Amino acid sequence: MLRATLKSLRSRKLRLVLSGIAVVLGVMFVSGAFVLTSTLGASFDSLSASVYAGTDVAVSGKAPVSGGEPDENSATVPAELIGDVRAVSGVEKATGVVSVSGARVIGADGKVVTTSGPARLGTSWTGTADHRRLRTGREPRAADEIAVNASLAAAAGIEVGDRVGVLTLQPKKTFTLVGVFGYSGDRDTVGGAQEVSFIEPVAQELMLGRTGVYSAVVVEAAPGVAPEVLRDRLSAALGDTYDVKTGRQLQDAAAEVFREALSFFNNVLLGFAGVALFVGTFLILNTFSILVAQRVKELALMRAIGASRWQMIGSVLVEALVIGIVASALGLGAGIGVGALLAYVFRHVGNTDLPMESIEIPASAVVSAFAVGTLVTLVAALLPAVRAARVPPVAALREVAAPDRPLTRLTVAGVLITAIGGAALGLGLAGQGGAATMPLLLGGVLVSFTGIALLTPMIARPVVSVLGLLFSRSVPGRLGRLNSARNPRRTAITAAALMVGLALITGVHVVLESATASFTTMVDTRVKADLIISGAPGGDSAPTFDPAVLGRARQIGGVREVVGEYGDIAMINGRPNRVTAVTDLAAMTRMLPLRATEGTLATLPAGHLAVDAKRATELGLHAGSTVRVRLARGGVRTMTVAGVYTDDDVYRVGGWILPAEAAHDFRVAQPSFGYLRLADGADVSEVRKQIDALLADSPEVTVGDRGAFIAQQSSQFDTILAMIQLLLALAILIAVLGIVNTLALSVLERTRELGLLRAIGLRRSQAMLMIAVEAVVISVFGALLGLAVGSGLGATVVRALRKEGFTDVALPWERMGTYLVLAVIVGAFAATLPAIRAARVDVLHAIAHE
Amino acid sequence: MQTTTTGPPGAEARQDATVAARAVDVWKVYGSGEAQVAALRGVSVDLGRGRFTAIMGPSGSGKSTLMHCLAGLDTVTRGEVHIGDVLVTGLGDAKLTRLRRDQVGFIFQQFNLLPSLTAQENILLPLSIAGRKPDRDWFAQVIEIVGLGDRLSHRPSQLSGGQQQRVACARALVARPNVIFADEPTGNLDSRSGAEVLGFLRRSVRDYGQTIVMVTHDPNAASYADRVVFLADGEVRAELHAPTADAVLDTMGRLDTGPVGAGRTVGA
Repeated sequence: MLRATLKSLRSRKLRLVLSGIAVVLGVMFVSGAFVLTSTLGASFDSLSASVYAGTDVAVSGKAPVSGGEPDENSATVPAELIGDVRAVSGVEKATGVVSVSGARVIGADGKVVTTSGPARLGTSWTGTADHRRLRTGREPRAADEIAVNASLAAAAGIEVGDRVGVLTLQPKKTFTLVGVFGYSGDRDTVGGAQEVSFIEPVAQELMLGRTGVYSAVVVEAAPGVAPEVLRDRLSAALGDTYDVKTGRQLQDAAAEVFREALSFFNNVLLGFAGVALFVGTFLILNTFSILVAQRVKELALMRAIGASRWQMIGSVLVEALVIGIVASALGLGAGIGVGALLAYVFRHVGNTDLPMESIEIPASAVVSAFAVGTLVTLVAALLPAVRAARVPPVAALREVAAPDRPLTRLTVAGVLITAIGGAALGLGLAGQGGAATMPLLLGGVLVSFTGIALLTPMIARPVVSVLGLLFSRSVPGRLGRLNSARNPRRTAITAAALMVGLALITGVHVVLESATASFTTMVDTRVKADLIISGAPGGDSAPTFDPAVLGRARQIGGVREVVGEYGDIAMINGRPNRVTAVTDLAAMTRMLPLRATEGTLATLPAGHLAVDAKRATELGLHAGSTVRVRLARGGVRTMTVAGVYTDDDVYRVGGWILPAEAAHDFRVAQPSFGYLRLADGADVSEVRKQIDALLADSPEVTVGDRGAFIAQQSSQFDTILAMIQLLLALAILIAVLGIVNTLALSVLERTRELGLLRAIGLRRSQAMLMIAVEAVVISVFGALLGLAVGSGLGATVVRALRKEGFTDVALPWERMGTYLVLAVIVGAFAATLPAIRAARVDVLHAIAHE
Repeated sequence: MQTTTTGPPGAEARQDATVAARAVDVWKVYGSGEAQVAALRGVSVDLGRGRFTAIMGPSGSGKSTLMHCLAGLDTVTRGEVHIGDVLVTGLGDAKLTRLRRDQVGFIFQQFNLLPSLTAQENILLPLSIAGRKPDRDWFAQVIEIVGLGDRLSHRPSQLSGGQQQRVACARALVARPNVIFADEPTGNLDSRSGAEVLGFLRRSVRDYGQTIVMVTHDPNAASYADRVVFLADGEVRAELHAPTADAVLDTMGRLDTGPVGAGRTVGA
């Protein structure tokens, strides 16, 4: 039995390869993700080991504001602490250092140099005794001198001797670049970070907000004193006002942060793997179904000569197992390649200069590759296997008439499963699942897809018939249309592969499009500002501008009102909250949709704040209530609620509005938004030109009208869209494989028919056209299904998020049109090989073979 | 019943308008060197227009090969094949396809209908492919001949074997081809259905002047023809005009030294 199975496997190599490719791709992404993470992780470990080589113990302050976004930056230690540290026995050396992210260098092109994630550090120059190595020039000695690391110098296009602008806690200041340095191990950067080094007092002033404080005290242990021992001694001596950690602990913490950043890539790859494998399941299911259908006689013969049902199931599953193992092995190999390639890209293109001694292939990559690959293949083959076992022995003896089994059971199952999936999805969207929300959503989508896939055969016949009408003018077109409607299950499953990918993509598109549309509507109808100063969102620190711009803008003729908005995180009644400080709340209410429901928004004296109605209700606050507020600087202060407002849940003004004075104690005392209202009849473009001039030293932000503001703020979706396009490419690749596979098998199955058609006068080109029409009908059907399901899915999500400000449901018609056109091209492309095969059918053999 | 001749027949009618198809010294050789097998060894035969010709011979005699060559389905190694006034030998695929489409009709042992089309669509398929409009009267007549009036909207799977073969016959007849080649048309039918099919093949020849060439190993089927050409070992060995089943059987028996029962083997 086993030998017969393997033999039949060998005779259908191509088909199996085609159906296995989806598994190969899926496994490739899975193992690629593991290899990438492991390789980069290992190289980062070795990197941070060298970075912290000179640090035995470090003492740092506890941040006054914590629990929100990671904000260690505002934690400082006083200079006096160094003396206390030195007094502890076992301390060989203690150095105060400044090292904080948020130093943005303006490059030679006048633009701020960005990174794709790593920090932009501003540090105090502590000499080359640590891991820094001067490459050219000298260390900074004066207040207006800086040194930068080599990768930043290269990215900014600056050289020793250049005058360089740097944005810090303070607006742009200009320095002379006196030195360029690298790091031990001849590195240009530590994991992609930029570093600007000032002399100590300047670093303290610009990065920490005042002199006399440090980010941390770095301690070197006396010979023979273990870092752990020293840490415990320091802890005991300094009390719990400070965090004391060993270099090893810092190293682990840094690695943890790095791994977290990597997990994004990991999730993207795993997402791709999920799509590939899910769609691949359809492909394998289809291939095995067709193979079983084609081999009915052979299977019946086996049954007739005594093979049991279990042996039949076994024989199909053994086939699947072999394919699964082979595909897993191939996928693992490809995955190692992909992982290595991405690691290489990450190192060189990402400019991270990570040391990369070797490609790490963790056991988890191998295990998951084979587990996932074989399991998916086996599961997909289960149904066809059961079907094979159901072939009655008598089928060997009679003429095989392909039984057109009714679709009722399938349809009922489809409705049921779709309903279950929809319910899970609904539950997840309603936010009822708690911790299970994410699994509920994902599971809901997958189960819904499976249910819809089961429904597709039912839909296939009418839709395909209608679609095919487009091609019915010519005989080959009509034949192609009839062929595609001939086996609704096969057509449906093939189309389902395309559906899944397109539905996911369309769904995300709909959500993004709706987000943009809702934002646009909101800005258009609610925001009354004529000009808005803002920066593109994203990056390690929010874009800000010089507060002096606000005052100067007020002087410009034609400007009626100007409001500046500052943002930060603060502890309010002991919990982290996003807070906003505005220069003129009354003016803001005239430009943004803020309405007082209690108290007043007309004035906001020092020591007062305004809170939105939702938070006020949560905390039981009313006008006149007091709250404890702790900002990044200064102690806890008590503030009085001056007014409660509603902002219709749409605008992203934080829940707490503080007077402008409070901004001085924000971590960054610079505004991130500016709103301007002009006098009637003022020349907008003229005013804009003047504001532009004011912003010359604030290159992170631009001024524009509402349209420009909308475009800028929605540009953050571009990354997601790029990701989605990649996913689309993958989904299409797999769909093409599916169509090629189905058609190739159909051509084989219909050799006799093709022979007859050719015998009675069908030209080769007509035969090819016939196959092409079949392919295009299938792919367009899949695309339509995908667009419909995706739109439905996206619209559901948007509706569920209405409270979050998604007011409009918008369909990306243009993109959907593109996808449909793409489907036609994909179908035609997929038809190429099978069509050539069909055209090459030897007429004589086709009709003469018995 | 007329006598048999052993020489190559048909050589007498060169440029005769009464010839629908003609093979001139046709050789068909498979393989090369030691493994060379000649399926046809210099066959020359004229197939008269408006006549019902049967080609007979034992299994392996080359009768199917001859038909495939005559119909432009297979190429000849040497010699010439004409259909009407067209020299088939040497035509490219496109022209061959066109020739088959416009001048030739086929009836197969396996019916070979398209399962997705109705009986009527199957019948009209060659005309649709050629982009020709069916002649309504002739179509009605053909349907009447084969007796399919009430089955036109059925699909092949809903028809019996005999009915399917009648659809195939109608498909061949409706385009009024120069010549219809029938390859064992009754091979898959019971004797009653077979007799019906042969009956209206003969009727289409007698009443409408259709040319039909039929390959068969069944003496009974051959007896419906006007003329029987006997093949053995790739050569024309004998010929009968207005044959009876007994005469055919008799001639078959004398064809070669092998057992006469060869005609009972299945396949061609």
